[in-house]
Amino acid sequence: MNNSTIYKRKAPLAVFLIPAFAFMAVFLYYPFVRNIVNSVSKISGLGTASEGINTPWYKNFVQLFTDEKLRTAFGNTMLLMLFTIVFQVGIALVLALLVDNIRRGAGFFRTVYFFPIVISATALGLLFNLIFLYNGGMLNQLLLDLGWVKEAIDWKSEKYYMFTMLLPVMWQYVGFYFVILVTGLNNISPELYEAAAIDGASGLQRVTRITLPLLHNTLCICLTLAITGALKVFDLPWVMMGQGMPMDRSWLLGTYMYQQTFNVGDVDYGSAIAIVLVVLGVAISQLANAIFKEKEY
Amino acid sequence: MVKKRKLSVSQGLIYLVLSAWALSTIYPFFWVIVNSFKEKRYIRSDTFALPLGEMFTLDNYRTAFERVDILGAYRNSLIISITVTAVVVLLAGFAAYAMARYRFRGRRALQGLIIASMMFPVFSTIIPVFRMLYLWGLVRFESVFYSLLCVSLPQIAGNLSFAIVVLTGYIRSIPVEMEEAAYLEGYNVFQIFFRIVWPLGRPSFATVAIFTFLWSYNDLFTQMFFLRNKRTYSITRLLAEISSQAGVNYGLMVAAVVLVVVPVLLVYILLQKNIIKGMTVGALKG
Repeated sequence: MNNSTIYKRKAPLAVFLIPAFAFMAVFLYYPFVRNIVNSVSKISGLGTASEGINTPWYKNFVQLFTDEKLRTAFGNTMLLMLFTIVFQVGIALVLALLVDNIRRGAGFFRTVYFFPIVISATALGLLFNLIFLYNGGMLNQLLLDLGWVKEAIDWKSEKYYMFTMLLPVMWQYVGFYFVILVTGLNNISPELYEAAAIDGASGLQRVTRITLPLLHNTLCICLTLAITGALKVFDLPWVMMGQGMPMDRSWLLGTYMYQQTFNVGDVDYGSAIAIVLVVLGVAISQLANAIFKEKEY
Repeated sequence: MVKKRKLSVSQGLIYLVLSAWALSTIYPFFWVIVNSFKEKRYIRSDTFALPLGEMFTLDNYRTAFERVDILGAYRNSLIISITVTAVVVLLAGFAAYAMARYRFRGRRALQGLIIASMMFPVFSTIIPVFRMLYLWGLVRFESVFYSLLCVSLPQIAGNLSFAIVVLTGYIRSIPVEMEEAAYLEGYNVFQIFFRIVWPLGRPSFATVAIFTFLWSYNDLFTQMFFLRNKRTYSITRLLAEISSQAGVNYGLMVAAVVLVVVPVLLVYILLQKNIIKGMTVGALKG
């Protein structure tokens, strides 16, 4: 921090700070607090006024525990989170370690892997709807042509819906963690590897003894991102699995909250679900950080 | 000699695995583009064939442009995203400059507020925002202007914190001597911001702008709340509508996907270095 004379006079501060913070106060901080109030109020329609506090005020929070669809949504979201951590970060880690070992083409792979992230999840949802189409979808045509299956598979049936919902979400964000991990790998000094090579370390030993320990903090960041990211998933499942198909089995907290607010019109209950999302995000990422503490080197 | 041989085999394997994943990210887009030029019935019978000879057609695009107002949706998307990007870059630039250069009471508290707001999922703020805009009389679904405005306002707020964090880091890394020299020349702080900090920070301002633009273009959730009338649909919102209403017209669907993806594809190829950098810096936003 500098103490330059230019910045001694504080008057311009107001001009610099007020517009941005006013925006955030009105459209982020106030609504966030308001949402907490909403969750204990009675609101029967989007845009209508609250009709007072619920009786008892914690009615919605009791409902959270008895609502079976919410339980499904919660379970699915947790599963999604687990898969995100294991597969997204896992695949990204493997790919990043491999890319670290090649001399040419690293830039190409980075560009290509990252590409799905800039595409809207809506477009990807439609794309995957066509891939997973029952009658003549890409996957079914492939499997039938290869003769691996006798008849087309209904990818959105009760048997396969989880796979169909999770695969595109997993696939889209691998590149994101890949780029973060590659950046982390590039920060490891090559001298460490040279020293290890002189000591006769094998390739696998180098990975387990040097790379992974030094990548610890980067992996922690990935973990936090995977946790908060999994809670925010909305677009892809909404486009592919609208209305929790099949048979209310595929709800996620995000899609269910939207459904309650919009299509059911239970705005205060939707607000309560939103609070669950925030609390889960903070609690789980804190827990994860406590377990895998960031280390100083 | 033996050692070298072994090395190239393992290199080959590595390239094989890496290419396999690359194929998984490229092929779906290639596939959808190829199929958009096929007649509907071939999409579901010869999905892997190239659109040559009698399969080739432009009908899907013709239908797309006739049935739905694609150009109008592009226009609406551009209006929203350009507005959001311009306001975010300017306001976040101001705030970041102040956060990076001034020492003042409450700076730490503000910093904490910025970080905290990156944790709020849009789910937790959208309902009160809707109600507020409704009370102000801005929620008018039939009006293009008001609908686009209603989408832009929360999107601006949602992008500010990320933009401020990225830009603060960048401005802090600019040596303050340049600004001091300008000050001695008689510049005031606003001139310093626009003539020194802005040009020097152009790469990071560009990163923030591109990222904000893409995020705004792709964000379906906010758009679902405020864009209810066909004339107000943005391209992403239109696509969601097509997906729920196209029924079995898969030709229309593939064409619509291509129409949404291609502009982003072009932007990405042209600007990918800035985009990847910005996305990872803004990683916290998630």
